[in-house]
Amino acid sequence: MTNFLTDAQAYLPILLRGAATTVGIAFCALVIATLFGLVLALMRYSGNPILSWTSRSFVNVVRGIPILVQLFYIYFVLPDWGIDLTAFQAGAIGLGLAYSCYMAENFRAGLEAVDNGQIEAAQSIGMGWGLTMRRVILPQAFRTVLPPYGNTMIMLLKDTSQASVITVAEMTFQAKMLAASTFENLTVYTLVAGLYLTLSVPLFILASWLERRFGKK
Amino acid sequence: MIDIHALHKSYGDLEVLKGIDLTVKKGEVVCLIGASGSGKSTLLRCVNGLEVYQGGAIRVDERLVEAERKSIRDIRTRVTMVFQRFNLFPHRTALQNVTEGPIYVKGEPRAEAEAYGRELLARMGLADKADVYPDRLSGGQQQRVAIARALAMRPEAILFDEPTSALDPELVGEVLAAMRQLAEEGMTMLVVTHEMGFAKEVADRVLFMHGGLILEEGPAAQVLGNPQHERTRDFLSRILEHG
Repeated sequence: MTNFLTDAQAYLPILLRGAATTVGIAFCALVIATLFGLVLALMRYSGNPILSWTSRSFVNVVRGIPILVQLFYIYFVLPDWGIDLTAFQAGAIGLGLAYSCYMAENFRAGLEAVDNGQIEAAQSIGMGWGLTMRRVILPQAFRTVLPPYGNTMIMLLKDTSQASVITVAEMTFQAKMLAASTFENLTVYTLVAGLYLTLSVPLFILASWLERRFGKK
Repeated sequence: MIDIHALHKSYGDLEVLKGIDLTVKKGEVVCLIGASGSGKSTLLRCVNGLEVYQGGAIRVDERLVEAERKSIRDIRTRVTMVFQRFNLFPHRTALQNVTEGPIYVKGEPRAEAEAYGRELLARMGLADKADVYPDRLSGGQQQRVAIARALAMRPEAILFDEPTSALDPELVGEVLAAMRQLAEEGMTMLVVTHEMGFAKEVADRVLFMHGGLILEEGPAAQVLGNPQHERTRDFLSRILEHG
């Protein structure tokens, strides 16, 4: 036990540096996934056949490819076409795009849960598509979407560990390096598990606060 | 003010309106009656551009109603609609429901829109409900908020699509009273209804629809009291039997 504590004291700073990268990449990916996911969902919902088809195809293609393969593709293949990204950028964009598809499906479920009569009521007082979305549909869809959104957010945080395979120095990457050089697998991975859990807790709290504040009564 | 000429509307192969001619003059109250499936709601929805039509023309103040053109938005601010299922915005208070259109569609200053909104709610007997959300209102109260919302656009006419059909029987009266008051104030109204008492008392004209056509029309007393067409008589006797 004393061993564990001294080791932990030595490893923790390194792991915390990794944790900072984990949070950074998760945050960037979440912003990308939320914004792009919303765009995809609105395209699908718009009723325009071209936009709807484009969105559906994108979602199905990206959903059908493992995140690891997508990350390899962005980091190792895109440079051949002149698109050179740092490991962090590739990780954030890759995870962001992959998760935009899950987000799009969450948002679409929320949009479609809004009663059609709401659209007609908005139209009947002269609202156009943009205003109907902004003032009537999205605020109602937002409430329905909160629980799955919170869930996806937590999944995204944990999936940042996959970015370790393209050398992003996030927490799992640091842990692998530490474990490989010290052979203290138990200490290192126990610490890492604890740290991921610690990072998730604020998200649990945020998700349930959002639901209480804005969700359906 | 509303001119409908040779209107045809189909859903795929099913023709639901087979040539409707109808003119509603300013200040007139016209009631559409008929069995469900006769096309009366569809007719109303075509006037508001909620449905596209395949033949004929609908004009509001000489302007052609085209559901897929932007001009429809302007027409909708002049001819608003009250729905069977109220369709209030559940995430906004009664007052916000009423001021939503004036503020965000017409760009009225908030203070002005809210003052007029409160006045309209008061006229609907809902002065004390301004800050209440729809889920705390009875069906009758919700429908009166919906009428206030339609009025807030300062429309020239209002379309009512079976406004009392989704209400508990004891709540029908309060909504009809509000509509009667509007009629007395000279509002142009096109009303799809099963309330024969209301039609008889308030309507300037009653139209009986059957199978996508207007079979009979005339003053309320005539159509309801002394119907000429056999199908009208048949329909009215069935309605009256069931109270």
